Amino acid sequence: MIEVKNINKSFGENHVLHDFSARFEAGKVNLIIGQSGQGKSVLTKCIVGLMEVDSGSVLYNDRDFSKMKRKERKNIRKEIGMLFQGSALFDSMTVEENIMFPLKMFTDMSKKEMLERANTCLERVNLSGRNKLLPAELSGGMMKRVAIARAISMKPKYLFCDEPNSGLDPSTSLLIDNLIQEITYEYNMTTVVITHDMNSVIEIGDHIVFIHTGRNWWQGTKEEIIKTENEEIIDFVYASKFMKSLKGKLG
Amino acid sequence: MSYITSIGKYVGMIKEVFSKPERFKVYYTRTITEIETIGIKSAGIVAILSVFMGAVIALQTASNMDSPLLPKYTIGYITRSSTILEFSPTIISLILAGKVGSNIASEIGTMKVTEQIDALEIMGVNSLSFLVLPKIIAAVFFFPFLIICSMGLSILGGYYSVTASGLASHEEFTYGVRAFFKMGDIIYALVKTCVFAFIIVSVSSYYGYYTKGGALDVGTSSTQAVVWSSITILLANFILTQLILM
Repeated sequence: MIEVKNINKSFGENHVLHDFSARFEAGKVNLIIGQSGQGKSVLTKCIVGLMEVDSGSVLYNDRDFSKMKRKERKNIRKEIGMLFQGSALFDSMTVEENIMFPLKMFTDMSKKEMLERANTCLERVNLSGRNKLLPAELSGGMMKRVAIARAISMKPKYLFCDEPNSGLDPSTSLLIDNLIQEITYEYNMTTVVITHDMNSVIEIGDHIVFIHTGRNWWQGTKEEIIKTENEEIIDFVYASKFMKSLKGKLG
Repeated sequence: MSYITSIGKYVGMIKEVFSKPERFKVYYTRTITEIETIGIKSAGIVAILSVFMGAVIALQTASNMDSPLLPKYTIGYITRSSTILEFSPTIISLILAGKVGSNIASEIGTMKVTEQIDALEIMGVNSLSFLVLPKIIAAVFFFPFLIICSMGLSILGGYYSVTASGLASHEEFTYGVRAFFKMGDIIYALVKTCVFAFIIVSVSSYYGYYTKGGALDVGTSSTQAVVWSSITILLANFILTQLILM
């Protein structure tokens, strides 16, 4: 479980996060949604330690990550997997080398064991046999799947996904969403997904946090978000014509 | 003020670069790869430049020797001295600052803007040490070999240009090359090379690592890396010459 308590983060005069608090439970797909510029990415970067918080704390199973030094953080970071918006695969390495990289750095596995693990991860994301391809030879959806395979290679306890559907067609988006959901349940991970995509919210959202003006504006389940009367959420959720028509049909 | 901030950031970066590596084996493999990328792959340009520059130095020396009192072996002597003392260590390092420096800055800069460095950090890898240390080791160990080759090729270029054009004989040129030779000059040149190698890699890595934005900014970082490594090399050359030769 990840708990965020009263986080504040500013960039000069620009106060991005205001006393932000939330809990992200293990074995659930937790979604952070909200309009652009509301602080979603900053929040995630603060949680994973790519940015330092001004005040407040980030707890990973009650271990205060924000107060830890670099060396202490390393132990927690080994338990974190992250899927970046642009996949962030190492472009000089093949698919197989990308997946084996964290294993090489942090485990004492033999090359054979690492290879087996890489193959298992590739199989899990339906990319068996693509071991020797370079990231430049992959499509957007395949890159995301390889990034997921790399993220799960160390069997992480926590998985962060930054807009996993951006730039993907609807059917590939659905594939990625389902994959994230399946591995969350399979590995009992605490998964945090940042998204704008309402389809993802409906498909995989177990727990949803709506961020607005840097604050935890609303949280609940996907069933609750559809019924909520909160104005800001209605503006966000029913921004598209499709969702509006759906709302009309649902009454 | 911004220069002081940059120097402070640079010093902080160097401290991080030299922190204990996570996996020596991985670092060793990366160092070997870097020797190939920034060392062996630069050998061609170094060889071509050295031969032609040596030839031009020798021809210019010969054409400017109007006095009959000056012995012909002076051509070989001046070619050797200018090659060993300045041309090979300094000019070749400036060329390498352009070739290797821009390569390093754009490689690390691209990794930065495509979140590959963030991915390393999330995994718990010290990205600065992982990316920069193998490059520094590779350059500091391999550039002296390149410079020694450059010295030899440059003198060879000079030899062929003056002997082929009949400006000096084989005996005169080789006598000049051997005359008043001091081993200290080679050591001076190699010390300079090691310092320049460190400057090229560290300054270029600094500009690459702190790139913000997109493709345009990677290009800007790459240019800045070349400009500032060249300026720092010239400054270091002046200081080292004062310290070692004076």
